[in-house]
Order: sequence, then structure tokens, then C-alpha cells
Amino acid sequence: MTAAAGFRRLYQGSRPKIRFRIDGRPAEALSGDTVLTALRLNGAVARTSEFGDGPRAGFCLMGACQDCWISMGDGRRVRACETPVEDGMDLITTLPGESQWPGA
Amino acid sequence: MARRVVIIGAGPAGTRAAETLVAAGIETTVIDRETASGGQIYRRPAKGVERPAPKLYGDDAPKAVALHATFDALKSKIDYRPGTEVFGISDRLLHLHDSTAMSELGFDALILATGATDRVTPLPGWTQPGVHSLGGAQIALKAQGCAIGHRVVFVGSGPLLTLVAAQYAEAGADVAAVLDTSSQSDLMRGAPLMTARPGLMFRGLKLRRVLRRHRIPYVTGVRDIRIDGDGTQVTGIRWTAGNRETQLACDGVGMGWHLRSENQLAQMAGCDFDWDPVARQMAPRIDEMGRSTRNGIYLAGDGTRILGADGAEIAGQLAAIACLEDLGRQGRHPVDSLLKRQKRMRRFARGLSLAFPFPDDLCTSLPDDALLCRCEAITAGEYRATIDRSHAIEPNRAKSLSRVGMGRCQGRYCGAAAARILAASGGLPLDEQPGLRPQAPVRPLPLGLKTPGGAAE
Repeated sequence: MTAAAGFRRLYQGSRPKIRFRIDGRPAEALSGDTVLTALRLNGAVARTSEFGDGPRAGFCLMGACQDCWISMGDGRRVRACETPVEDGMDLITTLPGESQWPGA
Repeated sequence: MARRVVIIGAGPAGTRAAETLVAAGIETTVIDRETASGGQIYRRPAKGVERPAPKLYGDDAPKAVALHATFDALKSKIDYRPGTEVFGISDRLLHLHDSTAMSELGFDALILATGATDRVTPLPGWTQPGVHSLGGAQIALKAQGCAIGHRVVFVGSGPLLTLVAAQYAEAGADVAAVLDTSSQSDLMRGAPLMTARPGLMFRGLKLRRVLRRHRIPYVTGVRDIRIDGDGTQVTGIRWTAGNRETQLACDGVGMGWHLRSENQLAQMAGCDFDWDPVARQMAPRIDEMGRSTRNGIYLAGDGTRILGADGAEIAGQLAAIACLEDLGRQGRHPVDSLLKRQKRMRRFARGLSLAFPFPDDLCTSLPDDALLCRCEAITAGEYRATIDRSHAIEPNRAKSLSRVGMGRCQGRYCGAAAARILAASGGLPLDEQPGLRPQAPVRPLPLGLKTPGGAAE
């Protein structure tokens, strides 16, 4: 909907800033944020469904639904809701050409 | 030789079980998927996001603090393995990994305190960014200090619905509405049993008052729910209540209908299960202490019966006492008073199930074009067509032909709805359906794990 869509931070605390990238674009979060929190605060999603039904941004936030697996520039794939965001992380929410199953 | 007892889970049940075993001098291993103890209910906030316990846990703050303190004091006396996941079990051997390496661990006795996850039924539009389970919405707030949206609607039924909505409102989030699929007459049916725990009943009323103070509408008897979106994000929600259709704009939806047990490991261990007519889900068969039908395997907490955190603390103690008895350790334990308290917990839980029933009709009326299985993106219509074509009558057959329940979540979020659709489409009735058979790994494994032999897979 609007540019404001995504998580809304209610408690900041005093935490160091984290600088990372979403699909190559620079973004910021705070130490202690999970990758998923960092994505949602920046209005981003975790991935595109490989079956062609659109973007996904997690569901359960407790590592059970497996809907927030995300790829990183270093080749790792992690559950975004269980992984703390770190300085220099290179998050990739769409893998061009590899994101869809044939025929999906 | 010293006997090794392994506990899986470090929530209320796992913590109290460990405390009881350590007090008896038993060599105890606690394996926890999470990096800090507390389980989901008493989850600790991420570093830097700490807030005072009353803010985080509300009226349950003293219990959360006590449970955390108990576990912290046990740490040096047990073999504690945080961030470690049991992904399979064979005979007397657990298969584990800690995200870097796989390992195996034998046990003489095993206490499963694996907890619960949200019980949901798919809704049209539920896979869009901005939609989370109620438990997930609560974790966003508790552990991350965030709301799942700038304007949030909560939908579902059960104690968590009102609790999370009130916690959001008190934390300053914009809650547009709370939509309850249960009716006032459901509530009346459950109320007499819920008097077993008057304090909790009173707390439920208090939370409703919090919602009223924040002028948040609480709608009951909600049906025909649809979550709208623009292809990238949730934009609103529609529903009917008493023949009136309503639409609200929102960018966050929290949904859930109480909880379901995480009992995959009990299934893999070969424990017998029965249909629980009260909770209306399959549950492992246990005696009053928590002994399963497999020798040396004990079950405790919400992973066995959904009794809530207090019931889980009692169940953890009972399971550990049963384990000690079976190991031939005599001790003085307050078994009678624990059992008496647990009886009250069960009575209250029965009341909750009646007051906030799982909406079977919402499952069976899921529109054909709605996604039933979010992992494999399979619609309710495709599932119904597969059942029609193949005459599948039980869920594992229907799963292998349709892939519903075969995806990464292993049916955690579509299983309840799929079972009800199957029953309504000529399949076995719910109480005769076997559950979906869990497969190892219980959750997907990361690539590059080192194997016990040393090589990376």
C-alpha cells in the first residue's frame, strides 16, 4: 500500500546502527534486529514464492513456517526470523531466473 | 553407570523437569532450539531491546522472572545445549545439529517438552507480506520491540487474540479491530469450566477492558474473512458478522486460533496418538504423569496437551518425577498436589476449547482459489480436485498426491484445515484420520553441516 508499509518500531533502546544491503541498495537497522525485522522495517520482503504467487515475508517469526528463508550474497541461505542482522550483510530477495519453478 | 536423561526444550516444562532431575542428582542434558531459555511464552528479548519484565510479560512477569532464574541457576549443573536442534530420532539415539555440525546423542530416558506453535486455518490472502500468526505478532513486539504493521487487525479466537491485541495497544501500536470467530454463546458454553481458574478469567475480562479503553472494536461471530492486498503487501481485511459486510484498511494482520502441539518428535519416537475430542486435534497417549506408550519417553507441556505455561510447569515436574520413579530413584515429591492442580488446568483448558472453538466451517468453506498450502502454493480447489480424482480418504495419501502438507513446514499451518476439507470431501471423519506422518528433518537443515565423520555435507 503506502511507502510506510512494513513493521513499525515501537521500542528503540540504545543500540548501535547496522548497515547492510537489500538487493544491492544500502539499508539500516539496529543491532539486535533479526534479518526479517530489518527487512520489514525497510518495507522489503524476504523472497518471491517460487510458484509464482507473489512475495513472501515470513509468517510465524519462530522458525516453524519456513517461509522466510532468504539468500545472501555469500551463498548462504538462512531463516530471516532467527538470524540477527549484521554489518555488511548482502540480502538478496529475488534471484533473477532462478526464482521460479518451470511452468509455475 | 550414570543414567543420562535428555530434555528437549527449555520453556516452562523443560525448565521445571530439569530442576527436578538435577535436585535428584541425575545427569541431565537440555537441548534447546532457541539461544536462550524461556520457550516461546517467556521468550527473552534480543540484546539491546531489553525492557522491564512487567512490560514484557504483563501479569505473568513474576513467573517469567522465576523461571528464567531457575534455569540460569541450573546452567552450570547440566549439559546445556542452546541453539541446538533435534531433527530426528531413531530408537535410543537423537540426531542433532547446531547450525555448524551434526552429532548424535544417546539417552536412557527422554523428556520431550517441545511446546506449541500457532494453530491457524488458511484465509484467502494469508500468504501476503504483512500477515503473521498471532504468536509471531507477539514475538515481533516482545523480542524485537516492533509492531507487524502501522495499522494492525487481529483475527482468530482464543486467549492469545485478546492478549496480543491488548499488548499491542498498550505498547502504542495502532490496532484497528479485533475479529473473533467465536460467538457469545460459545463463550457462555465454556464459562462454567473456566471458573476453574478465576484469576485467568478475570484477566481475560481485564484485557477486554484495555481494548475498550483504547476504543478498539471487538467483533464476535466473524465469518467470510478475506485479506486484501495489492500484490506486494496487505492493504485491508473484509468480513461479515451478522449479515453485515465490513471492510477495513490495514497493513498488518495477526491471525490464530489458540495453539497446536509440536509433537513431531513424539511421533517419530513411535509414541501412540489418539484423537483429543476436547482440543479437536491428535494428541499423544500419556498417563497422568506424562509417560508415553514408549518405555523411557516422557511428554510434558504444550507439546503434549495445550494447558498453557502454568500447566506446562506442572507437567514438567510430573514427567521428571515419573522418570525418576522408573529409574528406581525414590524421593519425596508433592505428586498429589501437583496432580490436583493439573486437574484444574485441564478443566480450564476444556472451557477454553468450548468458549473459543476452532472454526471447522472456516476450513471447509475455504474458497477454491485460496492458497491452502503456503509452502507449495496449492489452492483449496486443487486439493479438493485431487481428493475427488484419487478417492483418497486419509491425509497421508492425499498429501502424497496433492503435496498439501509436504512442504517445508510439514503441514504445521495447513494440516488442520486439510484434515477438515478431507473429512468434508468423502474422507475419513476427523477422529479416525491418522495425523500427517512427520519426516526427518523436523525442520529444514542448513547446507554445509559437518557430519560426525568430519566431512561437510
